[in-house]
Amino acid sequence: MTDTSAPILDLRQLQICLPKGADRPFALEGLDLTINPGEIVCLVGESGSGKSLCAGAIMGLLPEPHVRVTGGEIRFMGQELRGKTEAEMRKLRGADIAMIFQEPMTALNPQKTVGWQIDEVLRLHTPMNRVQRKDRAIELLERVHIPEPLSAYNAYPHQISGGQRQRVMIAMALALSPKLIIADEPTTALDVTTQLQILKLIRELQKDEGAGVLFITHDFGVVAEIADKVAVLCRGELVESGTTDEVLNHPRHAYTQALIAAVPSLTPPPVKAASDAPVVLKGTGLRKTFAARGGLLSGRRKAVTAVKDLSFELRQGETLGVVGESGSGKTTVSRIVTRLLECDQGSVELDGKDLLAATPRELRALRKHIQIVFQDPMASLNPRKRVVDLIAQGPIVHGTDPAKAREDAKRLLELVELSPAAANRFPHEFSGGQRQRIGIARALALEPKVIVADEPVSALDVSVQAQVLKLLADLRDRLNLSLLFVTHDLRVAAQLCDRIIVMQKGEIVESGLTAEVFSNPQHPYTQNLLSSIPGRDWTPPSLRTDAA
Amino acid sequence: MTFADTEIAPPEPPRYVMFWRRYKRNRAALLGLVLFAIVILMALSAGIVDPGDPLRRAGEPLTPPFINWETPLGTDQLGRDVLSGVLYGARISLMIGVVATLVAIAIGVVIGALAGYFGGWVDDVLMRITEAFQTIPNFVLLLALVAIMGSKIEWITLAIGIVSWTAPARMVRAEFMSLRGREFVDAARNLGVSNTAIIFREILPNALPPIVVYASVIMALSILMESALAFLALGDPNYASWGNMIGQGRAVLRTAPYCAVIPGIAIVLTVLSFSLLGEGLNDALNPRQKK
Repeated sequence: MTDTSAPILDLRQLQICLPKGADRPFALEGLDLTINPGEIVCLVGESGSGKSLCAGAIMGLLPEPHVRVTGGEIRFMGQELRGKTEAEMRKLRGADIAMIFQEPMTALNPQKTVGWQIDEVLRLHTPMNRVQRKDRAIELLERVHIPEPLSAYNAYPHQISGGQRQRVMIAMALALSPKLIIADEPTTALDVTTQLQILKLIRELQKDEGAGVLFITHDFGVVAEIADKVAVLCRGELVESGTTDEVLNHPRHAYTQALIAAVPSLTPPPVKAASDAPVVLKGTGLRKTFAARGGLLSGRRKAVTAVKDLSFELRQGETLGVVGESGSGKTTVSRIVTRLLECDQGSVELDGKDLLAATPRELRALRKHIQIVFQDPMASLNPRKRVVDLIAQGPIVHGTDPAKAREDAKRLLELVELSPAAANRFPHEFSGGQRQRIGIARALALEPKVIVADEPVSALDVSVQAQVLKLLADLRDRLNLSLLFVTHDLRVAAQLCDRIIVMQKGEIVESGLTAEVFSNPQHPYTQNLLSSIPGRDWTPPSLRTDAA
Repeated sequence: MTFADTEIAPPEPPRYVMFWRRYKRNRAALLGLVLFAIVILMALSAGIVDPGDPLRRAGEPLTPPFINWETPLGTDQLGRDVLSGVLYGARISLMIGVVATLVAIAIGVVIGALAGYFGGWVDDVLMRITEAFQTIPNFVLLLALVAIMGSKIEWITLAIGIVSWTAPARMVRAEFMSLRGREFVDAARNLGVSNTAIIFREILPNALPPIVVYASVIMALSILMESALAFLALGDPNYASWGNMIGQGRAVLRTAPYCAVIPGIAIVLTVLSFSLLGEGLNDALNPRQKK
C-alpha cells in the first residue's frame, strides 16, 4: 500500500440534496472519503443510508435535477469532477472510472452477446481494430476465470450463470484498466460459494492493476473478507471510518456497535435435550418435477426435478432449517408442504393427516394449522387492504365473527410489537421490517401448529433482521410453535435452527443438529458451503448494546 | 441511539386527498374535468333551459344562430331548436357512454379474469372466443347487431357494449396473469380463501387502475359509435342525438353549416374531455409510470 502517493479519489464535504418531501433534506451530508491506489474501501450502511447515491455522484449519474450534488468536492486523480460537462464525464466513465452493478442480469443487454458488449466498450474508448478487440476481450474473459472464454464470448447473457455474468461485468469494468472501480453490492444477488469466488477475484485483479476500489455493501461478513478501510454511513452521515480491524473489532460509534451486534454470529444455539415431543409435520418421499414446456416454435426445454425423495420430520416446538443455494429446491419444499404447489409423489402428514391427499374441503380446514411467512413483505401483503383486514382475513374465512376477528387482529399487532394504531393503515406505509411483522401476525392469526418461513429476513437490513429473528424465536418459545425455516443464509440458520437439512439440487446431502453440522460437516458440499461464508474467521465482538 | 423498528411513520393523508393531489398536477386533465362538468351541466339543464320536446317545431326553419333569441343557436330544416337538441343530445350521449362502458367492462372483466386466473384450457377457450370477436371489424359487427335487434336506444347501447369488450378482456387477462403469481395471492390461498374471493376481492382491486383508465377510452368510443350509427340514419329517431343532428344537417351543409357544426363541436369536446380525463386518471392511479 502506497499511502504517500496521491489519492485516486478524494471526497470532501460531499453533500447531495433530496427532492422536497423526502424523509430528510440531504441524502449525504459532509461526507469525507479518500481512496488511495491499491486500496479497497468499503462503504457500509443500511438501505436508505445514501451509499448508492454516493456512487452515482462520483459517476455523474444522479437522477438530476431532483437529486443533485449541492456542496463539497469530488476530486478524482487531483481533478475536480463537479462542473465537468457530460461529454467530459462520458470519457472518464468506463475509461478511468468503472462500475460493477448489483444485478448483472439487468446491467447486461439481453439482446447482445457477451462478446459484443465487451467489444463495445473497447470500440468506444480505444483505437484498436476488430481483431485486436476480440483478442483483448477473450483475454479479459480469461482473466476473470470464465471457463471456455471463447464460448462465453459468443453466449448471450441468459445462457451463462449468475456468477459468470458478474465475471463478465467485472471483465467489462477492467477492459480499459480503470484507476477507480466502484462496485455497488456486486455479490448481493449471488450464492455464498459464488460470492466468495467473486470477492477473491476482485481482490486478485485489484492487486494486479493497482486500482482503487470503492466497494458498497451492507454485509459485514463481506467487509471482513475484502476491505482495507471501512466507512460507515447512517442516514447520510459518516459516523465512523478507519481500518477494517478498528471498525470491525473495536467500533466506537453506537450505530456501528449496534450494526455489528446485529450480525448473527456463527455459533449455533445450545443443543436442546433430545426432544420426544410429538412429530407435527412429516414429509415422506416428496418429489416434484417441473414439466417440460415449450411449443412449436420455442423449442422444448428439459424437465427440471426441483425436489427428489425428500423426507423430514418436524417436532413440536422445534425449528428445522432448510438450507441451500439458489436452485437447490428449498423454496419448492416450502410451497409443497403448504400445498401451494401440487407435488408429484410422497405425502406430507400434518398431525397425522395427509395434507397432499386431502380433498379441497378438507384442505381448507387443514390450512388453519400450517401457515407461511413469505420472503418479500411487500409482495405478500395485498396493497389495497388495510392491515387489520389482512390479519383478520384468515379467521374470518374460517368462520370467526368479523368484529371479533378484527379485535383479535389488534391484539396480534401488539404481540408482534406494533402499535394498534397501525391497524387502519395500508401496507405501503410501513417499513420492510414492519411489513414482515404484519406478515407474521397474519400467520399467527389462525393459531397454527406449524409456521413455514420462506426466507423471512433476507429482504431486510441487518439490524431489522436481528429484531425480526428475535421476535420469531420469542413467539416460537411462547406459543410452542414449530418452525420450518427456509434460508440461504447460514448465519441466520445457525442462530435460529435446532436442526438443519442441507439441500443441493433437490436432494438432502446432510442433516442433523445445527451445532453438529456446523462444527463437523460430513458432506463435501456442506463443507464448501460453510467455508464460503463471508467473514467466517471474524467473530463479531460481543458488544452488548441496549439497541440490538 | 435506538433502532427500534416498530415506530410507525406519521399517517399519510387519506387516499382521496392523495388522488386529487396527483390528478391536479396534470393541467390538461383539469381542462378535461372542466369540459366533463360542462357536458354534465348541459345534460342536467336540458329540461330547464328549454323545456318541451326537443323534436318539436320551435321557430322558422333554418334560422341562423344569434338571430332569434327564442332559438339562440338557430333551427334546422324542420324548425327544431338546435340548442335544445344539443342539450338533450348530451343526455343521450352520456347515457349511452356510461351504460355501454359498464356492459363492455363487465363482460371484459369476467372473461379476462377467468382466463387470466385459471389459465390452461379455460384461457384457451375464452381467448379463442375473444379473438373471434376481434377479427370482425367493430363497426361492421355493430351494424349487424343493430340490423338484427332494431334501432331502439336500449339495443343500440347493448350492441355498443358487446362490440367493445374484447380490449378490456385482454387487458384484465394480462393483469391477472401477472398478479396471480404474486405472493399475496399465495398468502390468501394459504389462508383458505376461495377462488371467487381471490379473483374478486384480492386480485381485481389491484387490476382495476388500468381498466378505469381504459374505461374513459371506451366511453369516448361509444359516443362516437352512436353518433356514427345515427349519422347513417340507424340511430333511434325518437331521441335527439348529436349523430342524428349531424346526419340530418348534412343535407343542408352548404347553406346552413351550423346545423352539423354545432353538434359536431359538442361531440369533439365531449370525447376530448373523456380522453383528457383518462390521462389524468392514469397519472393519479398509476403514479409510478411517470418518472
